[in-house]
Amino acid sequence: MSVVDHRTAIAGPAKGKPNRLTKNLSSKVAAIPMILTALVVFVGCTIWTIVYSFTSSRLLPKGNFVGLDQYERLWGSSRWLISISNLMWYGVCSLVLTLVIGFTLAALLDRKIRFENTFRSIFLFPFALSFIVTGLVWQWILNPDYGLQGVVRSWGWESFSFDPLYNPDIVIFGILIAGIWQGSGLIMCIMLAGLRGIDEDIWKAARVDGIGTVKTYLVVIIPMMRPVFVTSLVLIAAGIIKLYDLVVAQTSGGPGLSSQVPAMYVYDYMFKAQNLGQGFAASTMMLLSVVIILIPYIYLQFKGTSRG
Amino acid sequence: MSKLLKSLLVGTALTCASAASATELEVTHWWTSGGEAAAVSELASAWNATGNSWVDGAIAGSGSTARPIIISRILGGDPMAVTQLNHGRQAEELIEAGLMLDLTDVAEAGKWKDVVVPPNLLDSCTVDGKIYCVPLNIHSWQWLWLSNKAFADAGVPTPANWDEFIADADALRAAGKVPLAVGAQGWQQAGAFGVMSVAVAGKDAWLAVNVDKDADMAAGPEYAKVFNAAVVARDMSKGGNVQDWNQATNMVITGAAGGQIMGDWAQGEFQIAGQKAGDEYECLPGLGVSAMLDTAGDAFYFPLNKDPEITAAQKELAALMMSPEVQVAFNLKKGSLPVRGDIDMSSANECMQKGLEILASGNILPSGDMSLSADTQAQLEDLMAEFWSSDAMSSADAQERFADIIDSAD
Repeated sequence: MSVVDHRTAIAGPAKGKPNRLTKNLSSKVAAIPMILTALVVFVGCTIWTIVYSFTSSRLLPKGNFVGLDQYERLWGSSRWLISISNLMWYGVCSLVLTLVIGFTLAALLDRKIRFENTFRSIFLFPFALSFIVTGLVWQWILNPDYGLQGVVRSWGWESFSFDPLYNPDIVIFGILIAGIWQGSGLIMCIMLAGLRGIDEDIWKAARVDGIGTVKTYLVVIIPMMRPVFVTSLVLIAAGIIKLYDLVVAQTSGGPGLSSQVPAMYVYDYMFKAQNLGQGFAASTMMLLSVVIILIPYIYLQFKGTSRG
Repeated sequence: MSKLLKSLLVGTALTCASAASATELEVTHWWTSGGEAAAVSELASAWNATGNSWVDGAIAGSGSTARPIIISRILGGDPMAVTQLNHGRQAEELIEAGLMLDLTDVAEAGKWKDVVVPPNLLDSCTVDGKIYCVPLNIHSWQWLWLSNKAFADAGVPTPANWDEFIADADALRAAGKVPLAVGAQGWQQAGAFGVMSVAVAGKDAWLAVNVDKDADMAAGPEYAKVFNAAVVARDMSKGGNVQDWNQATNMVITGAAGGQIMGDWAQGEFQIAGQKAGDEYECLPGLGVSAMLDTAGDAFYFPLNKDPEITAAQKELAALMMSPEVQVAFNLKKGSLPVRGDIDMSSANECMQKGLEILASGNILPSGDMSLSADTQAQLEDLMAEFWSSDAMSSADAQERFADIIDSAD
């Protein structure tokens, strides 16, 4: 290995212009398995899925193409539309609230408070639990007979009513509560790391200029933390799209269809309904939404490097 | 290295040795409620008594949870030796792909064609003249289970048909009961709807919609009556807040609910609870309106296996499942009807006798699993889950979407 390296290192400059293909040959050879995996497993399977979403495959993939039929049926299905609207509500609320809560907690911890380590662990702890456990915990907390509502009623407030998981209109917010409880600790940690990366001198300069603490955060610090925000954004967005186990554990899509999400639609139609074509069409739509999120991310990243 | 090799060799030798004396067959199924587990242990002990060994692979949850797991194992090249599925169209494509063991020789040796009643059970195991599954029992959806205690508490006599039941709903409410227990899962709601449609719209309309996929009939006045009945049932089921079917059955057992529309597998639960038909509970086939049963049921499929020893054992088990002794023992525990017409079921209880009578009289329907594809059933379940969960959907809206689904069914 090192021999190859050595030779290219000498041969490169001798030719005057380094050959881009043979530069760092050993590391390129080492990367081949990963590149192949990425191409075959990720790209290959993605393309396969998209191609078969245009077929009428049932239990087994079959090559009889039916054009856009699966997509027409998908967008005509009320279950899919409910899933999409749930995901939008969950997505927007979870994105905003997780960022706000995460940043606020991080800013509070950053004020050199006592027991910072303890608080940090407490806030981060929910992230160590799986979605299934989180879902089950909150299913009990939100259970009207045994959970929060039951406790408050037993204190004497008989008319108190809080049963989001049993009310079709607001069930998605019951799931949102659990999602935020689980996810905001991680965002807090990332934000805290970002805040710790800010030079002390900035704070001193702001103080000299007489700018208040809150204003310094909003006007100076947050714009400086753009990469941290981009990272958090992508992490939260990925979590939103793949929302599945939390719903399964809390409501399994009910009451009725009111807390269905796209990932459940994909699973149910691929395996329970034995209709691969329909499941593939739905998962292709999910891929499309991921791509829509990824493009701004790549754009932001690219802009960042070209400037720096 | 050599140590590892040695232990591997020893391991293989041991497996070979044990395989020679008794064949282990892994059996996957989704029978996990009390009555079901009791029934499956009858099968297991009958198989163990032959000197072989039954490796139980119960998958918790209902069939809709278990089926994807079972099918993905077969497709993934890691088939179990034996698996439960509902006969009908679920395994259609697996058989066409050549993944199932052909049992025709076992069936011919056991003269299944002569003993299986009704014959459509065996037809739905048959593809291109070859038999691929063993029908084990007959289950029918068309039963209304009523709690005598609940009606006594409400001060009214136990009704004898669906209309009387509706009339008693207010009295049950006044006594703090939920009139109709329905588990909030799509398959239960779709099942209850199917039962109501046979009873309300009649056999011909039901056949036109479910077998001929006649969308005009589904949008027509007969089915409008069914949807109106479903709205009434939806009101009666409010306040239930249970998910699993056996929890709903338990409400009937304890008298917290007046009744439940559920298949005859519910009977196993009454039995486990020590209740007797006619004393603590009543059963009305066809909602007491039309004594008509569908002939769904459980069947066992034997995925194709390379090992000839396992194949031989698979065939042995297939023959055992059809034997009269196993049929009687299993079905008494399960609360289902046997697939053989030639065995003595006099020890069966009142409800099963009613069912046997209806079977003998030939008032039978094909099951939903036989006539509708899994895809269509999933769409119907989605529709029913949405319909039952809130008052937002009117009967007319639901009927329109129902007709759309039937129209696109294949």
